[in-house]
Amino acid sequence: MHQSQLGEIMLLSNLEYIPGYKVEEHLGLVQGSAVRAKHAGRDIMAGLKNLVGGELKAYTELLQESRSQAMERMVEEAKSLNANAILNIRLATSAVAAGAAEVFVYGTAVVVSKE
Amino acid sequence: MDFFELIFTLGGFLLLLGIGYVAGSSAERKHYASIRKREEELRSFILVQSKRAPETPNCTTAFVSGSVVIGMDYFKLIYSSICNLFGGSVTPFESLLERARREAVLRMKSEAATMQAQYVCNVKFSTSNIKSVNGKGGGAVEVIAYGTAVVPGP
Repeated sequence: MHQSQLGEIMLLSNLEYIPGYKVEEHLGLVQGSAVRAKHAGRDIMAGLKNLVGGELKAYTELLQESRSQAMERMVEEAKSLNANAILNIRLATSAVAAGAAEVFVYGTAVVVSKE
Repeated sequence: MDFFELIFTLGGFLLLLGIGYVAGSSAERKHYASIRKREEELRSFILVQSKRAPETPNCTTAFVSGSVVIGMDYFKLIYSSICNLFGGSVTPFESLLERARREAVLRMKSEAATMQAQYVCNVKFSTSNIKSVNGKGGGAVEVIAYGTAVVPGP
């Protein structure tokens, strides 16, 4: 699910608050991560791209998909805690194995109400 | 190694280097031109670095991000290995990261602009290395720019 769709399920913010809302309850750290490996065929194309450089579209898409999946998992965890918003969202990506990348998203699950 | 084999291998290497240099620098110039053009279009869009959004009554917020993976051409890979050998600033990586950062910020800005946002607050960056399956010549970097878009209410 794209993050704009996730935004309809739960309020997401990388600020420490959500403008116009106040925090009622802090429910702790929630996180989501996804590890994706790229299809071997597409990795060969990326190898050819190493000759001419430029954007590696296959990898960009791969990491965008992983990011969406990681955010979905974080939102699910927050929903299970009965939160309605996640604050202070941070992202981290790292290459874990050759051809695979992990995307890690974390934030603070809270219950907010309109001011 | 046989003399002709040596010449052949060396010739092949120099050919790849040449292709990498020519194709790579032309792709880079085109990318920079595209970046400058889009930055001009989105120049009026405001990014606020602080942790508090400017006072906007009745606003809605959304999490926005932009990401890009950019790889180096063959010439830059070899050149950066040489730079690594001698120490000092590794200039091929500097231009690579600058391109990637500017591109990521532009993508985040355009996602926020499509939502009719007024500002993007608390912009943060996350940079990471991409290793390829062969092990040699990863030479690619991913930059994610993310922030909170503030959409003014009715």
